[in-house]
Amino acid sequence: MSLILGIESSCDETAAALVTADRRILAHRVAGQESAHRPFGGVVPEIAARAHVEILPSLIEEVLAEANIPLGQVDAIAATAGPGLIGGVMVGLMTAKGLSLSANKPLVAVNHLEGHALSPMLTDPDLAFPYLLLLVSGGHCQLLFVEGVGRYRRLATTIDDAAGEAFDKSAKLLGLGFPGGPAVEKTAQEGDSRAVPLPRPLVGTAEPHFSFAGLKSAVLRARESGRYTVPDIAASFQKAVVDCLIDRTKRALMHAAGATALVVAGGVAANQAVRGALQQLAASHDLPFVAPPLWLCTDNAAMIAWAGALRFEAGLVDDLDVAARARWPLDPHAEKARGAGVKA
Amino acid sequence: MIRLTGEAETEALGRALAARLQPGEVVALHGDLGAGKTSLARGILRGLGFEGDVASPTFPIIQVYEAPDVRIPVWHIDLYRIEDESELEELALDDARWDTALIVEWPERLGAALWPDSLQLFLERDGEGARALTAQVPPAWKDRWPLP
Repeated sequence: MSLILGIESSCDETAAALVTADRRILAHRVAGQESAHRPFGGVVPEIAARAHVEILPSLIEEVLAEANIPLGQVDAIAATAGPGLIGGVMVGLMTAKGLSLSANKPLVAVNHLEGHALSPMLTDPDLAFPYLLLLVSGGHCQLLFVEGVGRYRRLATTIDDAAGEAFDKSAKLLGLGFPGGPAVEKTAQEGDSRAVPLPRPLVGTAEPHFSFAGLKSAVLRARESGRYTVPDIAASFQKAVVDCLIDRTKRALMHAAGATALVVAGGVAANQAVRGALQQLAASHDLPFVAPPLWLCTDNAAMIAWAGALRFEAGLVDDLDVAARARWPLDPHAEKARGAGVKA
Repeated sequence: MIRLTGEAETEALGRALAARLQPGEVVALHGDLGAGKTSLARGILRGLGFEGDVASPTFPIIQVYEAPDVRIPVWHIDLYRIEDESELEELALDDARWDTALIVEWPERLGAALWPDSLQLFLERDGEGARALTAQVPPAWKDRWPLP
């Protein structure tokens, strides 16, 4: 059974993992681990390429030692090749190329979003293609129809802010703590979700996308009006986000014929109101609801190793001259979203 | 001071600015959350020819736009999440300026490293839906600002 070393360094986290094609996670490490406390991303990003350079070699040694596997027994080396901050991506990809060359093992260049898209299959052996994935985190808000390895249709994306970003920024506007997601969720429990009239951007429209920037501005206006309590604003904001996510996902389900499951991934999936509403939506469509464990939802290398394993088994390996890419849409044919306020 | 009465006007000003923007130049956008920085940035990107979704750079920190999507290469940068100045040099913004225009949100994070030749725009909310824009104009922009 193929054994893959995965490397992730495209954003805040530096990570390495060893995963087999039959779903065994032999070892996985995420440097720092602060991410456990900030599911939607952090305010202290390890963006510096230098940090990745310093951390990555020892991290790789640690996972190999933990699994008690020499590099020579690995079948292929997978690394995130984009999208992301180019300095960080280059560090991970160059490291993978070096290992690939020295150990004479094939290289698999993985799209970070593909890692997220395929990650639910790592922990759920019953999940089969095709499925509808809502990827909802601090940096992403997308609906993907996952048809197979390397076959993704992007049905929707955000035209401005991601949902997790809206949580973080609204938490800041409301003077709540960090991380914003859990802070808003906790405060919302003491509030009335019908107390503050907030917009549901794009809900009910024919276009498929998400938009959260206007909601953030509305939270700011509600706060400054002095007419509402913070818990009421938090509860109403959370309800508005849930309504947007559900409406857009419901619309996407109409364009995802044959979907075997509704899957959610990304840090926002930790929010119980979001999770509950999606579960209900899946049930109303007679679909199983799948949510991977949270550690697998946030950035990690196990998902990169897993995507690498599936690509490797499908014969999809890369040459050593494959380039790191800051921009790399998973579905290049996706209909371009239109910016808010622009009439096409 | 320029008064912008809505998002459409903010974007329109961005488009007009884009028509005068050259590779290597920096537009620094100051203002609090919700002040309209992203709307202005979106207008600039639209003016440079970009038709796709203008995704927030807050989490990725840099969104890269290149030909053929835009007339000149441009980076849309959000330094909101930067806390340590040592992280800034690794973004290689100085190198990017050789051929790329930079739109920088939260430029305060650059401190003294904010380039003196930047066009600095300050956005403030000014009543319901409106914005007040003031500019700090470097010599290189004297014949281009205010926009006609």
